[in-house]
Amino acid sequence: MAAGSTYTPIATTTLGSAAASYTFSSISGSYTDLILIVQGGASSTAFDAWIRFNSDTGTNYSITSLSGTGSAAQSARETSASYIHIDKQAAWRSGNITMNRVNIMNYANTTTYKTVVGRADAPADATDAIVGLWRSTAAITSIQVGNDASANFAVGTTFTLYGIAAA
Amino acid sequence: MTPILGIMASQISGHLSTNSYESIATVTGSGASVTFSSIPNTYKHLQIRALAVNSQGANGIYGRYRVGAGSVDTGSNYTYHYVEGNGSAASAAAGSTQSFGSAFGGGSGATANTSAYAVVLDILDYQNTNKYKTHRALWGVENNGSGEVGLGSGLWMSTSAIDIITIYAYSQGFPSTFAANTQFALYGVKG
Repeated sequence: MAAGSTYTPIATTTLGSAAASYTFSSISGSYTDLILIVQGGASSTAFDAWIRFNSDTGTNYSITSLSGTGSAAQSARETSASYIHIDKQAAWRSGNITMNRVNIMNYANTTTYKTVVGRADAPADATDAIVGLWRSTAAITSIQVGNDASANFAVGTTFTLYGIAAA
Repeated sequence: MTPILGIMASQISGHLSTNSYESIATVTGSGASVTFSSIPNTYKHLQIRALAVNSQGANGIYGRYRVGAGSVDTGSNYTYHYVEGNGSAASAAAGSTQSFGSAFGGGSGATANTSAYAVVLDILDYQNTNKYKTHRALWGVENNGSGEVGLGSGLWMSTSAIDIITIYAYSQGFPSTFAANTQFALYGVKG
């Protein structure tokens, strides 16, 4: 069996000032999967975070979610959306910490739609598992992380992207 | 219109690897099962990352697995629990003294040859000969109007070190196939 080191940090940033979004661009196609980790809080207004690929603002995204809120387990769906929510009940709130971890599978292939699967955890709120789809066969070369309230990610929020290459 | 402040990273380039996560082997294509054999004993944990393409219609497929030392264990030595959501409700299930482990769930409403199950499955401490082996999994399939996402855990009730893993496609209780463009990749995590 072949073996080779991977799980390579591609880019990371820590917000020095509050911002509504962050974009990873010019992503190399040399990996098999990408792992996006976003961790931090909301500057003021609460929100759910989302991702978009390749600046596509069309209604080409959908998700199915599974959430535990501390009192119930529930599932929800969003279809023909203009982004992939990467948390559902584990919202971003001021003074709380939320962590999103998203696996973007086979992101550079040009044959299939792109599926992502991830977890969102807000210890003061809820925990989510989410599967999302981008109905495009284009290779992903940029990822925008934004939110659904036109609000800001707080100072200190981190955005990190890793690449994993299969043998 | 409210202006949105954005930050953009550009000119992204690679950095040094952490050297603790290694690609071991990858299997692509269609078939009834995928096997990783002669798995090296040089890691602490294993991770399988997969995009398993549905070969069936709306009933979808699901993944079962067997592990072993030298050959896969076909005995009733597997248990599992999972919780999943189908877009309208959450549900949970479990199995004990099974002859397979549960790798990922089925997805109602999946489309043949296009819907793909994204799977991240961790097998922890696979070389330890003092305890049974556990796994955890995160999986999902999404089809813009149907889909399923789940979290699972499982146990192989053996103290043998694992050096072979087989993942089988099933649908509605019967052996099935993974469709074209399926990919399973095995990684090792050093301890």
